[in-house]
Amino acid sequence: MSKSPNFLIPAAGGAALILGVGYGVATNQYTSSKLDVMELQVEQAQTAATDAKAVAEAEVARAAEMEAKANEVQEAARIALASAGGGSVSEPAPLSDGYGLGRLALPEEIAAWDVDVLPDGRGLPEGSGNAFDGEEIFAEKCGSCHGDFGEGVDNWPVLAGGFDTLADEDPVKTVGSYWPHLSTVYDYIYRSMPFGQAGTLTPDETYAIVAYILYSNDLIDDEFELSHENFGEFEMYNANGFVIDDRPELEYSQWRAEPCMENCKEEVQVTMRSVFLVETPPEGGSNSVMNHARDEALPSFTSSGASFIPASTAPAQEVATAAPAEEAPTEADQGVDLIAAGEKAFKKCSACHKIGDGAKNGVGPHLNALMGRPIGGIEGFKYSNVFQAAADEGRVWDEESLAAFLAKPKEYFKGTKMSFAGFKKEEDLVAIIAYLREVGG
Amino acid sequence: MNSTTRRGLLKGGVAMTAGLAAGKASAAGPDPLITELQDWASYTGAGVDETPYGMPIRFESHVVRRNVEWLTASPISSINFTPIHALDGTITPQGCAFERHHSGAIELSKDDYRLMINGLVDRPLVFTYDDLERFPRENHVYFCECAANTGMEWAGSQLNGVQFTHGMIHNMEYTGIPLRTLLKEAGADMSADKWVYVEGADASSNGRSIPMEKALDDVLVAFKANGEALRMEHGYPVRLVVPGWEGNMWVKWLRRVEVVDVAVESREETSKYTDVYEDGTARKWTWVMDAKSVITSPSPQMPIKHGAGPLVISGLAWSGHGQITRVDVSKDGGITWETARLGKQGDTKALTRFYLDTTWDGKPMLLQARAMDETGYVQPTKDQLREQRGENAVYHNNCIQTWYVSPEGIAENVEVS
Repeated sequence: MSKSPNFLIPAAGGAALILGVGYGVATNQYTSSKLDVMELQVEQAQTAATDAKAVAEAEVARAAEMEAKANEVQEAARIALASAGGGSVSEPAPLSDGYGLGRLALPEEIAAWDVDVLPDGRGLPEGSGNAFDGEEIFAEKCGSCHGDFGEGVDNWPVLAGGFDTLADEDPVKTVGSYWPHLSTVYDYIYRSMPFGQAGTLTPDETYAIVAYILYSNDLIDDEFELSHENFGEFEMYNANGFVIDDRPELEYSQWRAEPCMENCKEEVQVTMRSVFLVETPPEGGSNSVMNHARDEALPSFTSSGASFIPASTAPAQEVATAAPAEEAPTEADQGVDLIAAGEKAFKKCSACHKIGDGAKNGVGPHLNALMGRPIGGIEGFKYSNVFQAAADEGRVWDEESLAAFLAKPKEYFKGTKMSFAGFKKEEDLVAIIAYLREVGG
Repeated sequence: MNSTTRRGLLKGGVAMTAGLAAGKASAAGPDPLITELQDWASYTGAGVDETPYGMPIRFESHVVRRNVEWLTASPISSINFTPIHALDGTITPQGCAFERHHSGAIELSKDDYRLMINGLVDRPLVFTYDDLERFPRENHVYFCECAANTGMEWAGSQLNGVQFTHGMIHNMEYTGIPLRTLLKEAGADMSADKWVYVEGADASSNGRSIPMEKALDDVLVAFKANGEALRMEHGYPVRLVVPGWEGNMWVKWLRRVEVVDVAVESREETSKYTDVYEDGTARKWTWVMDAKSVITSPSPQMPIKHGAGPLVISGLAWSGHGQITRVDVSKDGGITWETARLGKQGDTKALTRFYLDTTWDGKPMLLQARAMDETGYVQPTKDQLREQRGENAVYHNNCIQTWYVSPEGIAENVEVS
């Protein structure tokens, strides 16, 4: 196709549109905005003429469509005017073929963001990996939350095992036992993991981690080389375990009947009481307290009312409505900004480390009273070998060691389980140390 | 208010419980709040330059979102709950509307915002925030409910507070562009067997597949809620609004819409947001939130403090299938039902407020509410749901909730036969 004559088409199309829309400019705000749109389209088309070939071709195609739609838009403008005549318009006027807004996405931009993988494997990048390599990457980047074998630490997801438990009282839904498509595993790990460092894995690392997870589920052996070429052949254990929403057939059909209003039951008994009483402190959050009250303490009900009136058990409690304590005014001093900056920086740590009153060990040890604390010194926390060695040497945390460790954790303590890559900015280091000292004591 | 006054109120309550026939209580003596000059009636108050953006008065500072620490491994990938017990009407203020993040709430400015539409389109496009404000926009009120709302209650009555059992919901007026407008702009293939895959800009890059029919129907690309910019925690500057469908699909920090020929089957639509039944098979693509209601007052966090006499029983009802047409309330655990008054005719796929203006005799109650929507669907009991789905389900628990109310007016989360 010869390109140069076609460059004129957008302009011509734009002119036609302007004529058509100009029909009602004097009386209708909508059409005047339309005019702006069309002018923009003309302008864009002219810009396109001097732009790259790819852009030009798309604009040409678009212009052709615009021309074909010109009469239609003209008609739509007439309809919009007619319907606006009676008063306010509640919905936007009918759409034309487009508003000429936005710009074409460049191939590099689409490649950067469009990385999702479809169930049949479309979207997978070239690459490969095996469980042998994956084990090491997994231990470094995933194990601190998911456990070295995908068994899950604390409440973090379990990735392996659970086969034949889906019909049990407490099904164990893992990648192996539950996930229907292998594509989801690659897709999720590549885009969203590791937690706190999403998007940093290479395709080969991702293939290796996926292979290791399959290996942890006894689905492949450790030499199996998973790649974009054999990925699509892999059928997951629970591939056929899902049915598409069948509530319309099973539930809606039954539950669309006129409901009972009187004498709907003979007797009603309380069969279970709240397991947790929830306290709601004024400062936020909540505390769950076990409820030891017994079902029998409550009456049953019939159409003539409650079977008995329980004796008063407690004075009416003012639950959750206690007048909040007045906030003490905070004194602004020089350290406040630094500590605030440290608190912000600590967000990078807080998924794994807790600090402050009552802080407990999580994925990482709690950080209270860290300064002067023996390195690797929290009893009951499973440290990596390098921390254990430091503990054996009797080393303690001080400002210097902490700054060095937090700048480059994996260099300072080679083999640390901590997956954090380190603070790159000096001011973050200073702030985080001030914060740890202030909040953790 | 001083302690003398509070004791006075409690006494009044007891007196009223003892017998309605006594009629109105008379004050023991003149009320100093009336007879004595109060500071606020004499001194001047705050000036107009003190609060450029206002927060609720300090007496309301307990009306906040709350979380339950042990529910999740980390507060960064977690949820908190709207204080629905303390709100009235239907609109949820943004500042106390529940949050659910998979990798924390991010700060993304309008200047740094980009929205890409790609896939099966004639013209893959990139929009800036300013571009979006030039498309014709609409206003609609919709509820957003997490599919896991009331999920803890499958196994039995768990948490004693409507904020915790039903607070994964909010209801706002959104300003946004119909998704269909943007799909047309890109020349998308809009045939019925196509899907759109929507994805967020945060580290979790939460993504969900939405069938084309829904995408062309009422889905909005929204940038305002209740008249002002979205809050950071709700996806500032741009989120998706998927009316009537589970909250996980309302992708925050929306960065990409891809037209695809199959569902992507991402993590959030396979390993999560699916439910296992007793035989081990699982149900997927359960997008619609079925009709549901709950009494917000009285409830465990909202005990009756005034004793017997006039009582307003109030609550919320909603349906992902359309309008709420009726709400019935029972005071005896479902033996007898009365039809409640709707605050106003419900909007489609939005919260509807209901009231039962009644007289309490001071005796125990088992309070329940039961919603009906425009399709004739009647909110089921827990037993009906369990009979269908077993007890291993997590999501889509829209059962009838029961509060036991004691003669002292204290409410507790219970299950009944």
